[in-house]
Parts: sequence; C-alpha cells; structure tokens
Amino acid sequence: MYKLTVEGLYKRYGDIEVLKGVSLKAKKGDVVSLIGASGSGKSTFLRCLNFLEIPNAGTITLDNEPIRLEPDDHGLRVADDKQLQHLRTRLAMVFQHFNLWSHMTVLENITIAPRRVLGVNKQEAEARARAYLDKVGLPSHLADQYPAFLSGGQQQRVAIARALAMEPEIMLFDEPTSALDPELVGEVLKVIQSLAEEGRTMLMVTHEMGFAREVSTQVVFLHQGRVEEAGAPSKVLVNPQSERLQHFLSGNLK
Amino acid sequence: MIEILQEYWRPFLWSDGYQLSGLAMTLWLLTASIAIGFVASLPLSVARLSRYRLVRWPVQFYTYIFRGTPLYLQLLICYTGIYSLEAVREQPLLNDFFRDALNCTILAFALNTCAYTTEIFAGAIRNIPYGEIEAAKAYGLTGWRMYVYVIMPSALRRALPYYSNEVILMLHSTTLAFTATVPDILKVARDANAATFLTFQSFGIAALLYLLLSFTLIGLFRLAERRWLAFLGPAR
Repeated sequence: MYKLTVEGLYKRYGDIEVLKGVSLKAKKGDVVSLIGASGSGKSTFLRCLNFLEIPNAGTITLDNEPIRLEPDDHGLRVADDKQLQHLRTRLAMVFQHFNLWSHMTVLENITIAPRRVLGVNKQEAEARARAYLDKVGLPSHLADQYPAFLSGGQQQRVAIARALAMEPEIMLFDEPTSALDPELVGEVLKVIQSLAEEGRTMLMVTHEMGFAREVSTQVVFLHQGRVEEAGAPSKVLVNPQSERLQHFLSGNLK
Repeated sequence: MIEILQEYWRPFLWSDGYQLSGLAMTLWLLTASIAIGFVASLPLSVARLSRYRLVRWPVQFYTYIFRGTPLYLQLLICYTGIYSLEAVREQPLLNDFFRDALNCTILAFALNTCAYTTEIFAGAIRNIPYGEIEAAKAYGLTGWRMYVYVIMPSALRRALPYYSNEVILMLHSTTLAFTATVPDILKVARDANAATFLTFQSFGIAALLYLLLSFTLIGLFRLAERRWLAFLGPAR
C-alpha cells in the first residue's frame, strides 16, 4: 500500500505548461529525491502536493484517501476546506528560503502551528519544540532568539524543527540547502540524513546529487514537466539510461 | 508671566472650573480619537487589501476622501455642517450627539486619523515577506488564524515607526479643537492671552506643554520599538 500516490499531475501558468502529467508513488519510509534542471517543474510539483499551487488536473491520494478537487474559475480547487487543512497538517514543508515567521522567536515559530492548528497545549508544545531543537542540533539558548539573529544554517534547522513539531506523515523539502552558504550546507544535510535514517517519509527537491544518491530510496528525474527517468539511485544516478539525464548528471557531478 | 501661571495653571493643566480643559482635554482628544481610529483601522486595513472590489473600494474611497481634504474642513462639517441638516435634528439620538461640540470634534479627529492609520497598516501588511504567508498556509494557519497569529502581529510591529509619526501629527492636529469651542491647551492659551495681553507668555506656555507631550510620546514609542522591533535583527 502506498502512502502517497500522485497521478497525472498537470499544471499550467497561462500558456506555459510546467507539469505535463507527473506521476509518483511513495511507500511509508521512502525518501524520494526530485532532480532536474531549473524550470523542469520539480518545485512546482512539490508545491502542488500541499496545494500552495493548485494543479490543473491530476489526482493526489494520501493513504487511499483521494483529495477531492473541483473546478472553479481558475482551474481546480480543493473541494473541502477541512480536508485541505487536515492534509496540510500531515505534510510539513521546509522551504528554500526558510520562511520562518520573523516576528516570532525560535520557540514561538516551532510551537505556534502545533498549538493553534493541532490544539496541543502550551507546555506540551514547548517540550516538543525543545526536543526537536535538540534533535536538529541547536543549543537551547537559541529558543528565545529571533530568526534574524541566526545564521542561515541555524534558521534552516529551526525550519526543520518547525516541520518536525507537526509530527507529519510526510516531509517535503524544497531545495533546503540552495540558499545556504557552502560551508553551512553540511550541517543541514546531516540533519536531513538523520531523519531519513529514522525511516521518515520524505520528498525532496535537491541539487545535491551525492546526497541524493546516499539517502534516497527513489530518484525522479524531471525534464520539461515530465518524468524522464525514475528508480533506485543506484540505477538512475549511477547508470542513467536517457541521454538527457546523462547530460544533466555530467554537468552536475564534477 | 507669574500672574498667568497663578491665574491659569489649573485651566492649563486639567480644569477650567466646570469641565476638563488644557492638557487633560488635549490628552483626552488624542487618546479617544487615536483609540477609535486604531480599533477601526484594523478591519479596515484588511478590507483595504481585499481581493473583492466591493469590499476594497468603499474603504479606498473613505481614506481617499479623508486624506484628501483638510482636517479643519472635516471638523467644520462634523460640528456645524451635520447639525444644520434638519433630518439630523429631527432624530433625538443624532440631535443629542451632534449638539455636543466634544462629540463632533472626537468624531472628526477619529475619522481622520483612522483613514491615515488604515493606509499605514495596509502598507505594512503588504510588506510582509510573501514566504511567511506561504509558510502560514503550508502549516494550516489559514483564514482568521493567519491574520491573528501571523499577519497582524507582524504588520503592527513593522508599522510602529510610521504609526508613531501619525500619533504625533494627531497631537498637533488637536489644536484645531478650539475652533469648535473645545477647551484644549490652545483654547486656554487664547483665553489667557485675551484676558492679560501677555501674548508671548500665553502661547509660550502652550508650546511648552505640547513639547512636553510630544517628547513623552516619542520616548514611549522608542521604548515600544526597542521591545517590538527587536526581531528585525542586529543589522536594522
């Protein structure tokens, strides 16, 4: 049984087709890396999964529960607001630019959604937050700091703790290290790797090929809005079949 | 100078014998209009940015009218204009409200400052980084939760420097109240001047009182900024 099934996802901005029918299946514990050149649609695909972008066609099924979509003036919308809300609490997103709420302290950033969306009480939420801060390797004295006082790597680790605090079923990573200085990439990748090893289900858009090969159970190569090649990293990344993937990898694995 | 102080210190500070006057009246005018303006501008600033034209346009029209006409004119219309309408005088409730100069003055001031405050807050809401809104959506903080926990707390903090300006300007605008017979600091100064012909001293005392008020307000806002704008970071 699949945790997440996506079928024929199609997304268009005006006349530009960004996704031309992308399908993907992930079992519990899978780590799926989405790779591809910029503009290939991988971020859009990820953002469609929690409906930050609304797909124009396709189906998304979580635990055999299809997300019901209905047409409106702009294309499709989620038919049931409650279902959308519930879906978003089950998928937690980590963004390229962290997107921490700048007016909240680190602790507030991590506790606000569990408290106000999931209804966890304050003590419980704070205890959870401190545990996850520890897990992502941040010292507890940072809990009362504002994000602007933290380095990029620290901010991204707070963002990962914020995602973990939702105790999500699937974690979505949208190029989590692309906005970081090179010397800060390692600390964030280490945290993501430790999460992968715990058996968490994760979907990750990444440009870190070495990392993708090491942690993924499945690699999906997107090209111009279509899945060009997909499979185990040992096959796809080591012995690519399509010419485009070979070309892409030769440019990436220097 | 001493005579003025001996004779007028009480009206200058809080009472002319039968009602609030001077400093106390100015403070009352300021706090009442600022408080009403603030509370009303919260929903209005959100409505100002609504994606629905029918919600957005009336608010835009209101702020356009009140920012586009002089406050003195607005006060005249509220104080003398509205009461000159027969329809208003025929309604007992409206009649009672608009017969009172202080009511009219506070109404005019509140409507005016509310228009400016609405635009200030709307601007601050627009300036929240889009990524933070997106994160709120992604974490299920949607609808009213997004406004209560993410948008408004962030926008109000970011608006603080501009809002403090508006409050100081409003303080200075309260000097128009004397034209509607409200005994604020300036009205007392004019009375003192008329009675003693010590013009420089009378208005000098008024100026000192306004300075005192301004500096207190600026000090308070500076404290507030230190507390609520700390999140902007060390590079601010």
